[in-house]
Amino acid sequence: MKSAKFDHQRTSSLEDALAALGGADGEARIMGGGQSLGPMMNLRLAQPDLLIDISRVSGLDGVEETAGTIRIGARVTHARIEDGEVPGVTGAYMRTVASGISYRSVRNRGTIGGSVAHADPSADWPSALLALGGGVVIAGQDGERRTSFDGFQTGPFATGIGYQEILTGVELPTLGADAKWGYYKVNRKPGEFADAIGAIVIGAEPRAVCGATESAPFRVPAIEEKLAGGVTELSISDARDMISAHDPGFDDYELQIHAVALSRAVGRAFA
Amino acid sequence: MTELTLKINGEDVTANVEPRLSLADFIRDHRRLTGTHLGCEHGVCGACTVLMNGEPIRSCITFAVVADGTEITTIEGFDDDEPMAQMRQAFHENHALQCGYCTPGMLVAARDIVTRLPDADEARVRLELAGNLCRCTGYVGIVNAILEVLEKRRS
Repeated sequence: MKSAKFDHQRTSSLEDALAALGGADGEARIMGGGQSLGPMMNLRLAQPDLLIDISRVSGLDGVEETAGTIRIGARVTHARIEDGEVPGVTGAYMRTVASGISYRSVRNRGTIGGSVAHADPSADWPSALLALGGGVVIAGQDGERRTSFDGFQTGPFATGIGYQEILTGVELPTLGADAKWGYYKVNRKPGEFADAIGAIVIGAEPRAVCGATESAPFRVPAIEEKLAGGVTELSISDARDMISAHDPGFDDYELQIHAVALSRAVGRAFA
Repeated sequence: MTELTLKINGEDVTANVEPRLSLADFIRDHRRLTGTHLGCEHGVCGACTVLMNGEPIRSCITFAVVADGTEITTIEGFDDDEPMAQMRQAFHENHALQCGYCTPGMLVAARDIVTRLPDADEARVRLELAGNLCRCTGYVGIVNAILEVLEKRRS
């Protein structure tokens, strides 16, 4: 349970970090809080040659609200979100999600950007943010680009971030006072990785996400259409049918817990 | 090897370490502060919990090189800390430890609960303790000890 050998490079700016990434020989990994990559390295599931430490890079740790958008720096910790740094209804949703991520001593180090970039299907942010909408900000040698959460995660631990790029933040919609949301995570003990996630956000348009699958979380348009039509509850059997249409490769048990998660998420949205 | 400068329990420390060395192994093997325990070594059991700049963290999944420039407080560093003194006494009186393996991490987590969440009730205390595993006393004594300190600090 000790990491394999690696080289460690401290960086103090995004330019430094991008240069380190560009000059890396072998596999380089970006580390912010290290709360997912650290365990994976201890278990030797991950064995990078070079660890580029961005835990001191300035400018990635802010929360800013502009018209209709909340930008959260990649290095903002789950604990800061849990403690209410993200404003408004968007913040209320995110507080609930953040408080269920692992344990306080992990949330003090773990970051939202790290979680999104790591893209563990069982983690909370990939599903929760796909339901919220918005997207990620990615920096490369040629500057900054933005891409929507729709299609960003392409599989387990796989995203659209290039080898020479660094995720610098997320940009999320400001939910109105009348927005509704429900988040339900199936796990056997508080703080564990999810066995199933149901995430519903009804802002400008309803978004329904089936998460903690064996691959990327996915939206369920049939549920979104029902919600758009004014439906305020979702039976487990309807949820099963609607999820099955996506052929997610679930066995009966997995289908059931994902249907329950979505049904209860809808229930929470209208509670 | 990478140079590392930090403060541990108020003492300035400089060392050269391998990047793959965990903060927990640095604390235990290089500084001989063996009060910090290692259980799972992947962030689940909580035995290795220490304070970094005043906040609890997992020293097993934090590399020592990442702690450069920080202030670390291990279980040996709380002699003059009032909430920890209250917690030690309450653990003693409530049979909140048996073998003691989880106790250093439990105490650091418990101190965080009473200082961060002064209004916590039993359900909240149990939820917050989800990240610290005890395999012998169970949690009744530990929860009672924390509730007792919360009550004492409120009155």
